[in-house]
Amino acid sequence: METYTLVVLLLAATIRVATPLLLAALGGLFSERAGVIALGLEGMMLGAAFAAAAVSAASGSAWLGLGAGIGTAVLLALVIAVAGVTFRGNQVVAAMAVNIMVAGLGPSLALAWFDLGGQTPQLNDAAQRFRELVWPGAEAARHTPLPGLLYAELLSGHSVIVYLAFALVPAAAWVLYRSRFGLRLRAVGENPSAVDTAGLSVTGLRYQAVVLSGVLCGVAGAYLSTAASSGFVRDMTAGKGYLALAALVFGNWRPWRTLGACLLFAFTDALATRLQGVPLPLVGVIPVQFVLALPYVLTVLLLAGFVGRAVAPAAIGQPYEKER
Amino acid sequence: MNSAPASSPALELRGIDKRFGTVHANRRISLTIARGSIHGLIGENGAGKSTLMNIVYGFYPADAGEILVGGRRVDVGSPQDAIAAGIDMVHQHFMLVENFTVLENIVLGAEGGWQLAAGLARARARLEALARDYGLEVPLDAVVSTLPVGLQQRVEILKALHRGAEILILDEPTAVLTPQEADQLFRLLGRLRDQGKTVILVTHKLREIMAVTDRVTVMRQGSIVAEVATRDTSPRDLAEKMVGRAVLLRVEKGPARPGEVVLAARGLEVRDRRQVARLKNVSFQLRAGEIVGIAGVAGNGQSELLAALAGTLAPSRGEIELAGHELVRERLDARARRALGLAHVPEDRLHDGMIGGFAAEDNAILGYHDRAAYNRGALQDRRAITADCERKMTGYDVRPPRPRLPLASFSGGNQQKLVLAREIEAAPRVLLVGQPTRGVDIGAIEFIHRRLVALRDAGCAVLVVSVELDEILGLADRILVMAGGEVIGEVPRAEATEERLGLMMAGVRGEGAA
Repeated sequence: METYTLVVLLLAATIRVATPLLLAALGGLFSERAGVIALGLEGMMLGAAFAAAAVSAASGSAWLGLGAGIGTAVLLALVIAVAGVTFRGNQVVAAMAVNIMVAGLGPSLALAWFDLGGQTPQLNDAAQRFRELVWPGAEAARHTPLPGLLYAELLSGHSVIVYLAFALVPAAAWVLYRSRFGLRLRAVGENPSAVDTAGLSVTGLRYQAVVLSGVLCGVAGAYLSTAASSGFVRDMTAGKGYLALAALVFGNWRPWRTLGACLLFAFTDALATRLQGVPLPLVGVIPVQFVLALPYVLTVLLLAGFVGRAVAPAAIGQPYEKER
Repeated sequence: MNSAPASSPALELRGIDKRFGTVHANRRISLTIARGSIHGLIGENGAGKSTLMNIVYGFYPADAGEILVGGRRVDVGSPQDAIAAGIDMVHQHFMLVENFTVLENIVLGAEGGWQLAAGLARARARLEALARDYGLEVPLDAVVSTLPVGLQQRVEILKALHRGAEILILDEPTAVLTPQEADQLFRLLGRLRDQGKTVILVTHKLREIMAVTDRVTVMRQGSIVAEVATRDTSPRDLAEKMVGRAVLLRVEKGPARPGEVVLAARGLEVRDRRQVARLKNVSFQLRAGEIVGIAGVAGNGQSELLAALAGTLAPSRGEIELAGHELVRERLDARARRALGLAHVPEDRLHDGMIGGFAAEDNAILGYHDRAAYNRGALQDRRAITADCERKMTGYDVRPPRPRLPLASFSGGNQQKLVLAREIEAAPRVLLVGQPTRGVDIGAIEFIHRRLVALRDAGCAVLVVSVELDEILGLADRILVMAGGEVIGEVPRAEATEERLGLMMAGVRGEGAA
């Protein structure tokens, strides 16, 4: 293949890999802006991936699967909120408990229900998965030069969830900065006392934010098991929830910058996949383990180098208690 | 409320009662506040003033009692209810979101619709009118964290007026202001009263009560002990009612007899994590047998100075000399400095000066625990430690006198006294004291001041950092004024007046201020 085609395919892969990251990161953004640490993204996403695949397999409808995924992630979000907001427990512990519980519970339930070694059945039927939407004229455009291939690979040919994820970026920015809800959300993450004395409910706002992060993680999880692949397998999120959290921090808790960070992480991931077994000039073939570690090495470097300048919401991680 | 008869009081409290666990914070309080007046509420720390006002504002529920606004009974279950009833409160710690603009802070909770833009535009027009009416100019688009505290306080007041407050409660509003800023605030309160608003001023400063209020209510230990017209009372009278016995408002002390220089700071500079200089080129000398006071509005480098001297913060430049040692060059840490006779009572004692979960007797030797008197070989001499704590508790009237009790279960004033006892009884050459009477009631203030003067007369050099100008004026033999991280000037006690110090605290140099 010529270089140009390679680059376009790499970018198309970037978009597909970025989608679940972006959904989870935007969800985490609402949660963290409200002052609740979003360490539970991983667990919520994994739980949703399992529920979506299981329900889709049983019912034959990807949309019912999506609903189940969202429902499961919201339920897990509520667990975190009850422990971390209502009972003022340690948010990190609550979120990690959810992550660990889901990591074990998903495969166990899959084993009990489907008896396939901890997986859900393959989703082979068209209605069980979110298919790529092919835009008009995309097939024809594929064989024309430059703009045609871009149209066919980058704009066309993604599932509906991909378009939703990218459309959510401006929407999230609008909600955060232009709506009453966004103002209150940002306030409660900075100074909950100010929100309380303004006659607003700190608990209520934080619940809304955490549930919203659950909804978005639900979509992200459903994407993983019913769009990007055909079924649930053990640990299929593989740290994407933590990567999303890193992207959100690297994006300075702002929607557009978070999009940039997600694309960057996704690009290195797509690149790593492409680089497997490919000889490079000077160094030759890099062992596959090193290549696959690339996105995570990048995460560490970026966060170590840039996060010093990022300013987290002031009240993050602190349960709110009225002063006496 | 507009339909209420003009004669009915703005606010009436009947039998308000509140307990926090074993503490009876408010005992059946009944209080009437006239419309269009400034009403002072005064009492020592822990007298229950703030609790009472937080109940009126709906921040905590009362256990019993009722609240009437304009003659009508209202159920104030939350701040929202209070705001709806026309009651608003400016808290001691501002309830502002630091990285929001003034406008965003003011509309929070009353945005006027789910889309911000329209609501913000309407609020802007209304606020500009309000600002004109009351002479309350604030830059609406400035980010709050960039504003000086005086302006932040105006934002709070404007916020309350924007929400339609008829009754405005201010909790210790002058704690963070220079005397001149406080006077500005009082003029503003006067204008609010003249426009028919009702102001409740919660404070422990007698000067403020005398300066602005029409009536004053005195609280002690959760109860109202007096209510008088301000013109019929005097500071001494109020102080006695607050404490329940006669008090000395002035510190009694003879002239200082300064000896040799025991501590000298030269060109001290401290930078924070973002490399901003918090302390700039500070030099001064401290002599044996004198009390030097450091005046200044909170946050102008005093805390950094204390920390740099005590050894808990490394200066980026400069030197400190103590007993023939160069502390910075020799890298002597807090412990080594203590061994050289430098004692330190930190500003935030509850946080930096004690361990609440430890027994009082262990706190009473903290930092001096390796002295021979408290040890027998490798083991602690528990009997000696207990005896030592009993002695300190008797000498400093720490109650209850039970050395084994965890320090956290003592009241704030008693915790402070024990920390102070520990540092003073170590017989230091130099004593650094931050905010010696913060959180301490008037009775204990007198006692602490007498101890500090006695220590001075015994030949110790004392450095007192305080944001209470009265305290500096009462204690110090020499006064250094800090503003913006610098020592703006030095004033001998005899030449110091509140106006002159106030101007210097605002950053005006010594000569111009004279």
